[in-house]
Amino acid sequence: MSQRQVLQVFEQYQKARTQFVQTVADLATRPQNIETLQNAGVMSLLRPLLLDAVPTVQQTAALALGRLANYNDDLADAIVKADILPQLVYSLAEQNRFYKKAAAFVLRAVAKHSAELAQAVVDCGALDALVVSVEEFDPGVKEAAAWALGYIARHNAQLAQAVVDAGAVPLLVLCIQEPEIALKRIAASTLSDIAKHSPELAQTVVDTGAIAHLAQMTLNPDAKLKRQVFSALGQISKHSVDLAEMVVEAEIFPAVLSSLKDPDEYVKKNVTTMMREITKHTPELSQMIVNAGGVAAVIDYLGDSRGNVRLPGIMMLGYIAAHSENLAMAVIVSKGVPQLAICMAEESEDHIKAATAWAFGQIGQHTPEHARAVAAANVLPKLLNLYLDTQSSEDLQVKAKKALKNILQKCTYLPALEPLLYEAPSNILKHVICQFSKVLPHDSKARRLFVTSGGLKKVQEIKAEPGSALQEHINAINNCYPEEIVRYYSPGYSEVLLERVDNYQPS
Amino acid sequence: MAALLQLYTQINVIKEEYYTRNRIAEENRQREHDAAVKIQSWFRGCQVRAYLSHIHRQATVIQKTCRGFAARQHFRERLKTAYFLMKIHFYNKMAVKIQQRWRGYFVRTYVHNFYARKRYLDELAKKNGQIRRELEELAEQQRKERERTAMEKEEKEKYTQAQRLHFLLSTKQCPGVFNSPFRQEPDEMELRLRRVKPVRTQSAPKEPWHLNQQPLSLQYNKDKLPPIHKTPQGPFRPAVEVQQQRYRPLEPSLRVATSITALEEAREELRRQEWRTRLIDQPFVPFSKAQRNRRYESLLHTASPYQQEEYGKKHFREEDQDQLKGKQADHFTPR
Repeated sequence: MSQRQVLQVFEQYQKARTQFVQTVADLATRPQNIETLQNAGVMSLLRPLLLDAVPTVQQTAALALGRLANYNDDLADAIVKADILPQLVYSLAEQNRFYKKAAAFVLRAVAKHSAELAQAVVDCGALDALVVSVEEFDPGVKEAAAWALGYIARHNAQLAQAVVDAGAVPLLVLCIQEPEIALKRIAASTLSDIAKHSPELAQTVVDTGAIAHLAQMTLNPDAKLKRQVFSALGQISKHSVDLAEMVVEAEIFPAVLSSLKDPDEYVKKNVTTMMREITKHTPELSQMIVNAGGVAAVIDYLGDSRGNVRLPGIMMLGYIAAHSENLAMAVIVSKGVPQLAICMAEESEDHIKAATAWAFGQIGQHTPEHARAVAAANVLPKLLNLYLDTQSSEDLQVKAKKALKNILQKCTYLPALEPLLYEAPSNILKHVICQFSKVLPHDSKARRLFVTSGGLKKVQEIKAEPGSALQEHINAINNCYPEEIVRYYSPGYSEVLLERVDNYQPS
Repeated sequence: MAALLQLYTQINVIKEEYYTRNRIAEENRQREHDAAVKIQSWFRGCQVRAYLSHIHRQATVIQKTCRGFAARQHFRERLKTAYFLMKIHFYNKMAVKIQQRWRGYFVRTYVHNFYARKRYLDELAKKNGQIRRELEELAEQQRKERERTAMEKEEKEKYTQAQRLHFLLSTKQCPGVFNSPFRQEPDEMELRLRRVKPVRTQSAPKEPWHLNQQPLSLQYNKDKLPPIHKTPQGPFRPAVEVQQQRYRPLEPSLRVATSITALEEAREELRRQEWRTRLIDQPFVPFSKAQRNRRYESLLHTASPYQQEEYGKKHFREEDQDQLKGKQADHFTPR
């Protein structure tokens, strides 16, 4: 009898513990409860429960700790200071799969907040245990461990190097081949986080044969998986020409162009980012993408999307056009210039406008044909406005000025240059006048048009220091016309004529 | 002698005649002399003239032939030069043609081929159009697919809902909730309820399970069930079936059936097995750990004499005393 009573006490206590830990875990899912829990000192209560005899209590305690650490970094810091991590790492190697999942969840929640916390997690020897967990059979455990590794490797290059040194990369590549979609996603995201820091890390990822599997997964219908896969490929290809070539050799083009019509916004953004990183390096890579029809697809994408996600597409067009005049002409032929003009007009963010201005500069700087195509889209006055606008950021102003200068130095399309005569400041004006002085001596129709549209009048009104280049150009323009016309349009001619009337004595 | 006498009679006449004749001759001598001189000079002139013209004619003939000869020579020279010029002209034109072709070829292969570029841009425009069309079609297809699946899902949901709410179907006596008499026609849900097929539950097995061990409660009342409701409810399943359904033995899934200490037990079993059967003292280490001993080899073209320190030398847990102050290093040593 008394034995039963004694046992009943223990049973009650176990029930109480289980209930407490489950309730805390449920409460920890809602952010508003966490403050209260923290003030009530939940950390010190949960810590001994991790060592409880009953496995369910242990697991639920670990889960509750994980959710708390997930919420903010103070709690994560508290976990680190309370020396809970070594216990978790030890049990990661020993316990069953539910506990492993919960322990990996805690490690991930702690490591995600900052580099120091991640370093603390690494210092406890978590990496080896996590790598062992990635080799487990259960896909849930693999996923949790891979996720934790991903969050550790995210912060900086040393941590990523530490993850690589623990031998995680081949295992992650094996995880990518598993049938579960969630596991694939996490493994792809971890590889992306590892490869993004430096070329050596990217090379390590590539050496394990990741590219082939990632390339296969680009055809998978799941949208979140595609996000991670394209992000990984983009991070790999951004570091060097060889890596970009290896990504291209996996024959992803033109199949990835179909992902540009995916309904998910971030898939499209990551595809464009990847294409940008590839085209950045050499003209041959850009040529390959142009030949596959990538430029047209990206231009359509720019038309359909709005906001920040347009930025990689705009930069890609700029990079392609920057390599050679052939490629710039290809961008123009694919109707890129009107689309970029629409982007410039629609977007309000300064950095996107700066990128568009830069892209225009790259397109229009090669030959008069290119400058004409850019000028015909009525872009030059807009660039001028961006340059002169006091509210534009400095970066935007600098880029707009540089683009304007580059285009003007090659532009011979006079109807587009005329509006600039009226509004431009002197440093832009000298380029405009220079172009006029080059074109007018040879074209009589243009001369006539110049006079009738009031350009000659404006030129006479410009004040320039004698001997400066501007004055020389003005002289060159004046030499194209007979003296009477020049005098007629010079300022103050009407006063001169009236003076002559005053001084005339009829005979 | 008569002639002589005649002559002597005429001596005086003759003397007078002689003197008159001489006088007349003397008078006419100058005139006749001039006339003779004139005639002679004229004649000499004629002679000379004839001689001159003869000479002239001869000289003309000589000059004529000479000129002809020289002119023909000259003409031949001119003909030769004209022929030569004609040939040169022809060769020049041919050379120009060759140079044209060569220059065109050279510029096109080594400097810049304008027509190839033009062709390339045209092809590119066509390719772009094609890609744009294909992507449009693909997007359209995917959208239709998504719409179709969404619609099917919705339809299925509504169908299951109708199945569950089948009792709301209106009867002859009592119109259902969805078939209000004030409406012109019944609601969509009502029509669905009419069309729905009853939910098929998994029917209980026709024969009782002989193989499974049946719990105690099944040994009693196989035919008589305790009454659930006072009033009869409808077509019942046979009682045996219901009894079997209610007291169906548990078929736990693998996860539930695994003991929570399965891992430890398995480990123990493995250890015992190893203890029993081990012949080799040096166990074979699987390859997954081989990575750990391998030093990471950096790229050849980025390696520098200033090597990165190997991870594990500078701040490894056991050696970095500063970091470990306050931590108990002996507690949890992982394997």
